[in-house]
Amino acid sequence: MTTNDALLSVENLVVEYPVGRGRKVHAVSDVSFDVQAGETLGVVGESGCGKSTAGKAIVQLPRPTSGSVLFEGTDLVKLDGDQLRRFRPRLQMIFQDPVSSLNPRRRVEDIVGDPLSVWSAELESSVASKQERKAKVAEVLEAVGLDPVSAAGRRPHEFSGGQCQRISIARALVLEPKVLICDEPVSALDVSIQAQIINLLEAMKARFSLTLVFISHDLAVVRNISDRVAVMYLGKLCELAPSDVLYRTPAHPYTAALLASIPEPDPAIVPSTTGRLTGELPSSIDPPSGCRFRTRCPRAEERCAAEEPVLREVATGQRVACHFPLVEARPAAPANVASQQSA
Amino acid sequence: MSRGHTTAGHEYPEIPAETLLTVEDLRTTFDTPRGKLTAVDGVSFELEAGRTLGVVGESGSGKTVLSRSVMRLLPKRGATSTGRVRFNGHEMVGLTQKQLRGIWGTELAMVFQDPMTSLNPTMRIGNQITESLRYHLGMSSSEATEHAVVLLSSVGIPTPERRLHDYPHQLSGGLRQRVTIAIALACGPRLLFADEPTTALDVTVQAQILDLLAAQQRERSMAMILVTHDLGVVAGRTDDIAVMYGGKIVEQAPTKTLFAEMRMPYTEALLGSIPRADQPSHTPLQAIPGRPPDLVSPPPGCRFAPRCPYAQPRCRHEEPPLREAPTKGHRFACWFPVGTPEGRQALEENRVRGVALDPARSVTT
Amino acid sequence: MAEALVAIEDPAVLPDTVGVRQPRRFTVLFWIAVVWLVLIIALAVFASVLPLDSPTQVFACIPNSAPSWHHLLGCDELGRDMLSRIVFGARVSLEVGFTAVFIGLVFGGTAGLVAGYFGGKTDLIISSAMNVLLAFPALVLALAVIAFLGQSLRNVILILGLLSIAPLARLVRASTVVYAQREFVTAARMMGFRSRRILFREVLPNVMPSTLSFAIVAVAVAIVAEGALSFLGLSVRPPAPTWGNMIAEGSTYLSENAWLALCPAAVLCLTVLALNFAGDGLRSFFDVKDSAL
Ligand SMILES: Nc1ncnc2c1ncn2[C@@H]1O[C@H](COP(=O)(O)OP(=O)(O)OP(=O)(O)O)[C@@H](O)[C@H]1O
Ligand SMILES: Nc1ncnc2c1ncn2[C@@H]1O[C@H](COP(=O)(O)OP(=O)(O)O)[C@@H](O)[C@H]1O
Ligand code: SF4
Ligand code: SF4
Ligand SMILES: [Mg+2]
Ligand SMILES: [Mg+2]
Repeated sequence: MTTNDALLSVENLVVEYPVGRGRKVHAVSDVSFDVQAGETLGVVGESGCGKSTAGKAIVQLPRPTSGSVLFEGTDLVKLDGDQLRRFRPRLQMIFQDPVSSLNPRRRVEDIVGDPLSVWSAELESSVASKQERKAKVAEVLEAVGLDPVSAAGRRPHEFSGGQCQRISIARALVLEPKVLICDEPVSALDVSIQAQIINLLEAMKARFSLTLVFISHDLAVVRNISDRVAVMYLGKLCELAPSDVLYRTPAHPYTAALLASIPEPDPAIVPSTTGRLTGELPSSIDPPSGCRFRTRCPRAEERCAAEEPVLREVATGQRVACHFPLVEARPAAPANVASQQSA
Repeated sequence: MSRGHTTAGHEYPEIPAETLLTVEDLRTTFDTPRGKLTAVDGVSFELEAGRTLGVVGESGSGKTVLSRSVMRLLPKRGATSTGRVRFNGHEMVGLTQKQLRGIWGTELAMVFQDPMTSLNPTMRIGNQITESLRYHLGMSSSEATEHAVVLLSSVGIPTPERRLHDYPHQLSGGLRQRVTIAIALACGPRLLFADEPTTALDVTVQAQILDLLAAQQRERSMAMILVTHDLGVVAGRTDDIAVMYGGKIVEQAPTKTLFAEMRMPYTEALLGSIPRADQPSHTPLQAIPGRPPDLVSPPPGCRFAPRCPYAQPRCRHEEPPLREAPTKGHRFACWFPVGTPEGRQALEENRVRGVALDPARSVTT
Repeated sequence: MAEALVAIEDPAVLPDTVGVRQPRRFTVLFWIAVVWLVLIIALAVFASVLPLDSPTQVFACIPNSAPSWHHLLGCDELGRDMLSRIVFGARVSLEVGFTAVFIGLVFGGTAGLVAGYFGGKTDLIISSAMNVLLAFPALVLALAVIAFLGQSLRNVILILGLLSIAPLARLVRASTVVYAQREFVTAARMMGFRSRRILFREVLPNVMPSTLSFAIVAVAVAIVAEGALSFLGLSVRPPAPTWGNMIAEGSTYLSENAWLALCPAAVLCLTVLALNFAGDGLRSFFDVKDSAL
């Protein structure tokens, strides 16, 4: 399944956090996926399911417990500190909390300009002089929709949440990375500002030829921005499919339950309580045996407790880890999906 | 159930049972170092018993201050609030703290955005629930505990007897919000304010909590004011919606009417900015450019004018009044309403002049 | 398409209801504090050229006398001029207080930063070392230093500096741990910044304010501690005055003449208060709030 031309390829990623007395949180368990150059991969799931942990493990902060992260063919997990450091400018990340992700004591021009001054000498880039660096900072601030003249000298607390998120994006883009990992970048924002930031990310993706990994718990947002979507539950990958396929014909019962929770901005649609998830997310210290979703799954049977489902293809590009998926693997499936897509 | 109430020597007449809450010309200002900030600016509305009103608007549009002004929960220093708030026969403006304490919790309750900060971190949740039961309803300790168990199971908390002994940090965000709802419902309030009850939670939990609120409301036939920034959250769950912008109600209508024949460009823009799961990927969103106005010195004329795709010169100096639409119960404040010939013409003129604020443009390009 | 989308984004210049710069002013209290500090420091620096009595000369005034025209703050139990003793005492006391705490800040602060930021084994080693230092009896340390290095003002400063390392390290470590978890630090690591740069450019400026306000209190503690050492004959030898030994000596006469201890104590107290007010004023002037979202 792993194509070698993938820009980023995560294989058997495991992240465990020790929590004392020999116990550990299984935050990410054996997750594999590829990201092709130029695509946007969405990652969805409830909070606590390991989305952020997976995103951080890709950039090796902290380093994963096991597994590999191939970036342009190089396994980042095997690199030592200094070698890894040289990859940093090409992999960047933005975070959920716009306040926490900016140093309150630094000015915007320093926040955005520091990466340049640290790297300009080493990368022998075109922004070696102070003047050129300043111009570059202004260019990036302009690109994210901030007025460089008035914004540069101010500190983060003088900006609104949406604008802080723009500053974070500017900081991430100033080194012209290839991959941008966005960890819930709009979850802390109002709907109106959320739309601004999503449009901005799409624009930046086109302008800087970015590849995005977009993490969110909001399925509508993820569908809007992603080409493919990975659904996670309790540290495991449940389903991975092109977004239009996933939203039209979800194969995993958890995906279906997530889709049933989306609030519809339409009063004609009376929110039905059927298909909703009930109960709580089990503890990730001691996850259920077999399929981790079985404690809340409406389709669960004995086999689900005994045997862990493996990710398998049920339709072109649609892979699901479930013994009794909502979409059964059919030989005719590829043609079927293709015709649906063209419709 | 309405009674004549004596407050500060005034005898209030019986009011018809349907109108639970009447707010008239409510105005709340804060003294800030930059000058007077008018967070709620002349808001009036009515709410009938057992109904749900959604209050929608961007951050800083005054939703929280409005609910706190109605509840009289404003900071003691620096805040001034005038107008009339009649709740269940009480005139709330001018009540003393002591009189208010008799109303809060028993007749009027509130659920806040962040369940962590609204629960006391050092107190077991059982005690936090029974405290109010014992104070307001004079229950004995064992009665209160019994009632607390019933409450917790009614808000969908499994093994409530065990949970009584937990501290807030031992619960997930969703469970915590269920506990705050249980506390709010403890004394059977007639009106529940829910200020962004699900903003801190993720979609699946959000759906559960909203379902829970709706079920409890039906069961107890209590009225509810649901405050949110997301029109999607209130669409299927409210009888009426009031849209706030810059401290004012700019449109109010029965929910179906609001979605079917919205008049206010701001409402249209809010709805347009929501990503929809039924649209294909990469559909550009109709973001509202710019930001809400500075409430210390709001722009003259219509407050939405700097961001409005319909705006005309008139909007920038003459403030549109809140006027009635043909449909009953529908009010809006706009000179060039959406879906009217004037509105279409205004939009067309702006398009011809190439004003960049057209939300439709990001779709067409 | 990219251009069109960017074109409709908002400029930062749109007014906002939060986070607009507020006019900043110093309070009256701040200015009073500054005047007091300038006065004390000037007196200490220029003590020898000021028309003051010698601090060690025994006058013919009645010992333990109340303030009078000749002796503005009265005389002590030996008949020495209190005013002059306080002014000359300021020299030693301020030098000891500030230098000792400075040593503590440099070493303890660095240790705390490193422990808090790197965590793990580094933290374990540094924190254990600090605990040992805290548990070590202060007097034994003082005696040991003086036995090996001799009795001098420099060594007193060294002792007090050593003693202030552990508490400052703990404080700095605690707030470093908080900031090291903030996402701007993760972001800096992702930019490939080296640890030293992150520590000094990103973490330190945030840890500094709370540390400095604690350090101001530590200065007062060091001044008093110097007095205790002096009283035990481990510091500057009497009759040379310091605020600390004046308080220590005076406190043996508390029941007869409280003035002897209270007068230098009041000066010390006022100085510490002034330092606090001046520090607070400066802090709120340069303060940056987290965004008021
Ligand atoms: N105690 C206060 N002192 C001064 N200004 C205040 C105070 N409380 C609120 N404001 C201001 O009143 C305005 C309205 O605030 P409010 O919290 O009601 O907004 P909101 O619509 O609830 O927004 P959000 O979606 O962020 O909760 C804002 O400009 C806010 O800064
Ligand atoms: N530093 C940590 N130490 C211990 N457990 C952690 C740590 N970070 C995350 N976890 C746990 O790992 C799981 C996944 O967390 P996270 O990746 O943050 O979830 P998400 O981003 O999907 O909300 C959760 O159970 C969380 O509590
Ligand atoms: S494997 Fe079983 S429990 Fe798991 S999702 Fe599929 S049907 Fe449900
Ligand atoms: S058209 Fe004019 S009055 Fe109506 S919302 Fe726009 S700016 Fe306001
Ligand atoms: Mg997360
Ligand atoms: Mg609010």
